[in-house]
Amino acid sequence: MGADNQFPVIQYVNEAGSLKQDEVKLHKEQLYQFYFMMVRARMMDKKCLNLQRQGRIGTYVQYEGQEAAQVGSALAVEDGDWMFPTYRDHAATMSFGHSLRNLFLYWKGRLEGSIPPEGRNIFPPAVPIASQLLHAAGAAWAEKKKNSDRVSIVYFGDGATSEGDFHEGLNFASVFHAPVVFFNQNNGYAISVPMEKQMKSKTIAQKGLAYDIPSLRIDGNDILAVYHETVKAVARARSGGGPTLIEAVTWRYGAHTTADDPSKYRDQQESEIRRKTTDPLLRVERLLKNQGWWKEEEKERMEAEITKEINQALKEAEKFKPADIDELFDHVFAEPVWPIEEQRKQHKRLSREGIQ
Amino acid sequence: MTTVAAGLKKLTMVQAITDAMRTMMRENETVLVLGEDVGVNGGVFRATDGLIQEFGEERVVDTPLAESGIIGTSVGLAVNGFTPICEMQFFGFIYPAFNQIMTHATRMRQRSLGRYTVPMVIRAPYGAGVKAPEIHSDSVEALFTHVPGLKVVAPSNPYDAKGLLIASIEDPDPVLFIEPMRCYRSGRTEVPEDKYSIPLGKAAKVKEGTDVTIFTWGAMVQDTVQAVQKWEETHEEVCEIIDLRTLYPLDKEAIKESVEKTGRVVVVHEAPETGGVSGDIISVINDAAFFYLKAPVQKVTGFDTPVPVYSLEQDFLPSARKITAALEQVLKY
Ligand SMILES: Cc1ncc(C[n+]2csc(CCOP(=O)(O)OP(=O)(O)O)c2C)c(N)n1
Repeated sequence: MGADNQFPVIQYVNEAGSLKQDEVKLHKEQLYQFYFMMVRARMMDKKCLNLQRQGRIGTYVQYEGQEAAQVGSALAVEDGDWMFPTYRDHAATMSFGHSLRNLFLYWKGRLEGSIPPEGRNIFPPAVPIASQLLHAAGAAWAEKKKNSDRVSIVYFGDGATSEGDFHEGLNFASVFHAPVVFFNQNNGYAISVPMEKQMKSKTIAQKGLAYDIPSLRIDGNDILAVYHETVKAVARARSGGGPTLIEAVTWRYGAHTTADDPSKYRDQQESEIRRKTTDPLLRVERLLKNQGWWKEEEKERMEAEITKEINQALKEAEKFKPADIDELFDHVFAEPVWPIEEQRKQHKRLSREGIQ
Repeated sequence: MTTVAAGLKKLTMVQAITDAMRTMMRENETVLVLGEDVGVNGGVFRATDGLIQEFGEERVVDTPLAESGIIGTSVGLAVNGFTPICEMQFFGFIYPAFNQIMTHATRMRQRSLGRYTVPMVIRAPYGAGVKAPEIHSDSVEALFTHVPGLKVVAPSNPYDAKGLLIASIEDPDPVLFIEPMRCYRSGRTEVPEDKYSIPLGKAAKVKEGTDVTIFTWGAMVQDTVQAVQKWEETHEEVCEIIDLRTLYPLDKEAIKESVEKTGRVVVVHEAPETGGVSGDIISVINDAAFFYLKAPVQKVTGFDTPVPVYSLEQDFLPSARKITAALEQVLKY
């Protein structure tokens, strides 16, 4: 039996917006909440892209097209749980409570941007690919040692599964039965390298088999599938059932980052087709319409509210106190050490004399 | 348009690097290029642009995303007849490969008493100052000059980049070739179209001087030249600038000769101060020219902190004015 048969893509709602799973009960409020969070994520992404084009933030990493995967999974975890994002997962972190102001600050090259709100456990985005899987396994292991029922969720891409850290992360979680949800977003590409060149495995989900970790493959653009399947994985972790690997099949519409030119390696026409077919927002819109619950005014109201929120956050980020060199020196160690203190002093002396 | 002499091309540093690889791949069928996004995409900095079109995917390989995998398999390719040029997408992402470099690539010759050898080049863009995201701006050359069995090369301009990369590819042992990102497209200079090489272990005198020597490399060469130009407008003393180009092994003769002449030294590097290559340079001076020193050696370096996110990177980097301050210090001593 081929791996694609063994791991069929689980779908709750198809592209036409029809329900595929009988046991799921639809709730209007919940659907609107999902929709709101995805619209918010998409608008934030667009804003950042524009700001980058205007030179108001640095290199930016887009996630447009992956909103259902990130929002749906982030809504499945709770207070006290741990989130380990990558550079592309701010739709997840903002849905888990990270502030928009800090997201702007992060892309403005500010350390403050990585600080989560009080009481929320969100790691600074992992930049070295796959390194965060081990942290998630470790933090989850710690929760288990403390006899708590809190869990970790960790995000990573298809390319990340090639790194040793991916395999070590899964094996540790498996060996120590750590309560962690490995949430893979298979967006088809690692920069320019398509999945078929990255691996001969037909699916990412099958990689969990080697570690005896329950694994599944879901439609990552179907927020109902993402949400409900992640809720199940989280529940298993909370109740002592150990790790789960979820492969959410999705697609990034845009470039890898604002420094990338996708026309070098793929036909962007594919993204245009997908915007009209498999788009995660469109799917909920169609579902709401099919249920007779769609209200155009509601969408406009949402957009107005989000625009206000984003603009307010941006204003706060732009008038945020300027970066202070002490941040760099103060937080290397708990207790100061002489080399750094001498460097700080020298730097400040030269700055005072106008030498920078 | 400026005219270019026959047999020369005006190239940026990144183009000169591509040119070096192309030259060697044409000459020697065993030369391979491996790395993340080096094939179809031509590298995230376009350093391998056009190579897959000319040499095909057997020789220009988009590898899986795994640095340890790239270096480890290249050890196997190298001992078995090939000459891999491995691209690390950024120097800050070389760490997963450290084990393979430290325990195998650089020791195979010795462990096998010369039976197995690892002719391999590891290329890596490095350095701050281009507003890159976190971890993309590390300058950790000193971690590698400390590795026995590894040569470390850092060009500062297009001409040197081509000649040094060709020498690195021809070297029978592993070479780490670090490329200052800030210099990739900062200017074009004339580069011979034909093959030429610049020997490893030889520094270049960027500017002749008599009163103080500045030792530096990579992107810091440009800053040093600017600082010195400005400074000499209002000072009598004349500065000598030496671009070390190879950081292991250092050019002991060049260091000795210059220090014997000037007796005053400033070392500039953007890597953190402690454990930086400046320590090795001072050690060479101590051994070879101690009695010629007229003042303690001055250092202008990064701090003993992680390279900061971009809002603070200019504070972290040695600047022309910090270099000037060090010159004043060493000359007034
Ligand atoms: C260890 C390491 N190597 C290389 C890179 C450079 N890099 C950044 S993103 C990326 C591709 C990642 O692809 P994937 O895991 O599929 O995630 P995606 O970016 O598509 O979300 C690479 C190679 C890195 N950040 N870390």
